[in-house]
Amino acid sequence: MSTEPQSGAAAKGEQPRPARDLKRGGRVRTASSEGRWASMLVAPSLIMLAIVIVYPVITAVFTSFQKDPGVDKATGMFVAGGFAGFANYTHWILQQCTATSGGTVPCPPGTLGAQFWSSVGTTFFFTVVTVVLETLIGFGMAVIMARAFRGRGLLRAAVLVPWAIPTAVTAKLFFFIFAFQGIVNKVFGTSILWTGSEWPARWGIVVADVWKTTPFMALLILAGLQIIPGDVYEAAKVDGVTIWQRFVHITLPLVRPALMVAILFRTLDALRMYDLPAIMTGGANNTTTLSILVVQQIRAGFNSAAALSSITFLTIFMVAFIFVRFLGVNAVETTTAIKKGTAK
Amino acid sequence: MTTTTASRVGTADPRAKAKAKNRKRWASARTYISAAVIVIWCLLPAYWMVVTSFRDVGFTYDATPFFSHVTLDNYTTAFSTQMGNHFGQALVNSLIIGTATTVIALLVGVSAAYALARLEFRGKYLVLGFILAASMFPGVALVTPLFQLFTNLDWIGTYQALIIPDISFVLPLTIYILVSFFREMPWELEESARIDGCTKSQAFRKIIMPLAAPGIFTTAILAFISAWNEFLIASQLSNDVTQPVTVAIASFTGSQPHQEPYTAVMAAGTIVTIPLVIMVLIFQRQIVAGLTAGAVK
Repeated sequence: MSTEPQSGAAAKGEQPRPARDLKRGGRVRTASSEGRWASMLVAPSLIMLAIVIVYPVITAVFTSFQKDPGVDKATGMFVAGGFAGFANYTHWILQQCTATSGGTVPCPPGTLGAQFWSSVGTTFFFTVVTVVLETLIGFGMAVIMARAFRGRGLLRAAVLVPWAIPTAVTAKLFFFIFAFQGIVNKVFGTSILWTGSEWPARWGIVVADVWKTTPFMALLILAGLQIIPGDVYEAAKVDGVTIWQRFVHITLPLVRPALMVAILFRTLDALRMYDLPAIMTGGANNTTTLSILVVQQIRAGFNSAAALSSITFLTIFMVAFIFVRFLGVNAVETTTAIKKGTAK
Repeated sequence: MTTTTASRVGTADPRAKAKAKNRKRWASARTYISAAVIVIWCLLPAYWMVVTSFRDVGFTYDATPFFSHVTLDNYTTAFSTQMGNHFGQALVNSLIIGTATTVIALLVGVSAAYALARLEFRGKYLVLGFILAASMFPGVALVTPLFQLFTNLDWIGTYQALIIPDISFVLPLTIYILVSFFREMPWELEESARIDGCTKSQAFRKIIMPLAAPGIFTTAILAFISAWNEFLIASQLSNDVTQPVTVAIASFTGSQPHQEPYTAVMAAGTIVTIPLVIMVLIFQRQIVAGLTAGAVK
């Protein structure tokens, strides 16, 4: 800190030229040493992520191609497993379960294997419904939060409360709110067993998720709204543009990059939904998401659990790819755009 | 915004002026009403949790909208170990896991974030993309291999079995938020220090670190909260001794076998939530900046 005034004088005062030249020359000359320095700084993080993510994932992929160890039906001998080909994948996708006599049969209803496609459906149902609701409500919240009025601080603080509550606690809280004798049935005079049948349970989970994560969505959209310069609206207003036209032709296009990144984040998050349904219904009544199914399968056989978790991972990866490739969401570039704006 | 049109029209016609004023007043009333609706919607369930947590267990389903039948019993019940709950221990566990994860993620992540924010090197965007992808990686894809691995290592029921998986999502988050904080810092000071003869690492330690402290602190809060809130992995890789609060609350058992001890659960939920809410309210501005970091600016 104490060096600042001196260096300022050196840069601005007696010798401005040499200082700048030194800076520029230094940068070119040390390009390769800067690269080495950078890789030294980045390496520990990358190594750590390789250990905690890449290594387990490779193990999982490897296990997913292994047979479960067990007694060979033909010989009566215990076998260690071995290469299974895509058997663990076809088990889920094509619903091929191992029959007691050997060979494969369609998975009988009630088994974990038979729940695959319904859990895919449930996962996508939750994802589409919650993301659409959270985007619409979040947009509305963000528009209100962007306005200048007294008490805006209170609004922004209140919005952070649902976000701060752990999802596990949110699940228990809404389990209580939706209990048979709970407040929802009392207030609306209904007597619905909310967590006891398919659609009430699903909507209960949707409500809990929307309550918990809409604020996050709203904050991301708000950040996008705030970069729109106010004079754009002024100009449009002077030109007699209606509110709706302003929204469609100014707000939406300008907020689109931020909005798409927010939707991408939320979609990927919703696709791995676990806490709320696992605690509120335990996956009963067709609320089993892919994540719940994987967890249930872990204790019923590692290899097919590994295959299922790989399927889940690939599904999420594909959705992310579609967002980035076809909808033009570029989270990395959005971040680098900041750099270009401020580093100068 | 309405003032420009209002004043322009107003100079010509006083009636139009009054009309515009009315419209403006109506618009601000609408803003206040919408804001009130949002505040109530966000706070009501949390309020209900707190109210229930102070309510006598015999009046669990009482619908009185304000505090009634107030008692502290539920808080005693929450901490009682008689029913096989280990809530007190779980609080300590969550603190240990959250703190360890945050410290490790910061120690490792700060230097990476500095390099990504500040230095030009080949493969930079690849690294950024990888870290972004890692932050969205589904925890469920880790839980199967880690369960197998930790069972073989006999690590189930140890703290490292919970800290290591948490790093998988806390570290990318940490780097990601730090990068955007670092990009907004006055880096000219670093250049000045360099011209004055500081080495790169001296400039980093003596000039940059003190300036970066607020951003690092905010990142630490966000990292801690995300580790504190983790449930999926912990529910599979912990046991009664190491389980964090989220798992403890989810598996809370009461005196009656098929009856949820709602009031005690709400008390436990309140205890877990209050520190977070206080932190969030104090550091509201920084946390919002950190949360929206990277997405837009």
